[in-house]
Amino acid sequence: MKAFTYERAATPAQAASAVAGRPGAKFIAGGTNLLDLMKLQIEAPVHLVDVNGLALDRIEPTPEGGLRIGALVRNTDLAADERVRRDYGVLSRALLAGASGQLRNKATTAGNLLQRTRCPYFYDTDQPCNKRRPGSGCSAIGGVTRQLAVIGGSKSCIATNPSDMAVAMRVLDASVETVRPDGRTRVIPIADFHRLPGDTPHVETTLERDELITGVTLPKPVGGTHVYRKIRDRASYAFALVSVAAIVQRDGSGRVALGGVAHKPWRVEAAESAMPQGARAVTARLLADAQPTHENAFKLQLAERALAASITQARS
Amino acid sequence: MHSPTTQLISRRDALIVGAATAAAVSTSTAPSASAQTTAPAAATAGGSRMKLSLNVNGTSHALDLDTRTTLLDALREHLHLTGTKKGCDHGQCGACTVIVDGRRINSCLTLAVMHDGGQVTTIEGLGTPQNMHPLQAAFVRHDGYQCGYCTPGQICSAVGVIDEVRRGVPSHVSADLTARPILSAEELRERMSGNICRCGAYSNIVDAITEVAGSRA
Repeated sequence: MKAFTYERAATPAQAASAVAGRPGAKFIAGGTNLLDLMKLQIEAPVHLVDVNGLALDRIEPTPEGGLRIGALVRNTDLAADERVRRDYGVLSRALLAGASGQLRNKATTAGNLLQRTRCPYFYDTDQPCNKRRPGSGCSAIGGVTRQLAVIGGSKSCIATNPSDMAVAMRVLDASVETVRPDGRTRVIPIADFHRLPGDTPHVETTLERDELITGVTLPKPVGGTHVYRKIRDRASYAFALVSVAAIVQRDGSGRVALGGVAHKPWRVEAAESAMPQGARAVTARLLADAQPTHENAFKLQLAERALAASITQARS
Repeated sequence: MHSPTTQLISRRDALIVGAATAAAVSTSTAPSASAQTTAPAAATAGGSRMKLSLNVNGTSHALDLDTRTTLLDALREHLHLTGTKKGCDHGQCGACTVIVDGRRINSCLTLAVMHDGGQVTTIEGLGTPQNMHPLQAAFVRHDGYQCGYCTPGQICSAVGVIDEVRRGVPSHVSADLTARPILSAEELRERMSGNICRCGAYSNIVDAITEVAGSRA
């Protein structure tokens, strides 16, 4: 690990100022992804601003009937919150499908949104990677691609977003709240938060470098049956090959987002009008622009079948 | 300009000084005054250092550490509590699991400085050979290990699992999110999936935890 200096922030805006004032500085919250990457020198911040002491660890009702989740609410606590379990089951299920009990005890809501890809070529520092070294090339294209993106990729990057939680946040239409060093705040719809790789795959979100996430807001509950179905190579503690976050209403209408297929949680609202016709009709639209490799084309059929199973489960 | 010999000696001296200052300052002292500090650590040639205090197994320790020191390395290399094991050092195996402020975490994926003033329980704090924790005794009775390397992490994790179930935290395999979770073998396998045992003692580990958790239910 490269040497770094360390400080504890007193307020959210002061944390943002501390990062703004130091090139190469980063926020640290749970640290479960950042420290892993620092040990491999994929991340090498010169200064860490610890935000764990900020009072951003509460889950509170909003005036609109939704929930505001503090940035530092741990994944375990979010999954176990009574209101989340009752009204936003897809979020509880997605969180519980990710990582291990130990990691969920440490990992935060904001950190989960910012976790970086598990593309093996991003982790292998001997290989070119446009995320790790912009402009160096993509080793995944033409490499082993079974785990990688089938849609939304580019000539620069075919990595996937590894988060389960973010897929549920996408299907729930969550919004991300942030603060800047001067105290200015903004709200970013989750649909606009993660970026497609394009020719700048190292820029993964629409956050500015010195912008701190303070919370995530869920709109009023939409009812329906909530399902998160994750398909992976092990029964537990593995990243998704494909995952489905679905909310199915009694009349057969509903919402769907996919994980494990793209650089961001994959949702196409226009495809959801086909929900009453079933999974094949939905995925035909949802994955219409897919460009899989011969190694990961199976994900298209897997997504359709996982959605079919999710709809069956919701209706049973 | 220094001669090569002078350079060699000063480098060696520097290394000796570095090693001495890296050692734990003392044991059983009061929490350091640095507990509430927000000042950045001063940068030094070998890396930046910070003072912190950790309460480990009921004893307070004042430490002066390179900021890069993980909680795992602070426990093993500085406090010489080698019961906590380093397996993968990347949060994948669970051998380093300890209980911090009442929750099981991977001590390899957190910095010691992030836990200034924190309460840590390691396997040494759960029981002793003469006075074993019920889970330690159950692991022995059920042969819940072969080489034993993952065992301290398994036991610390199991303590956390039992507490999480008691608090009603659901899991991936809980059929009903709103019901109180039960401690079935399926639940234990899922909840313990962050602890790898390469000897494959899993079925006996589940039996050991079931015996203890069952007796508390």
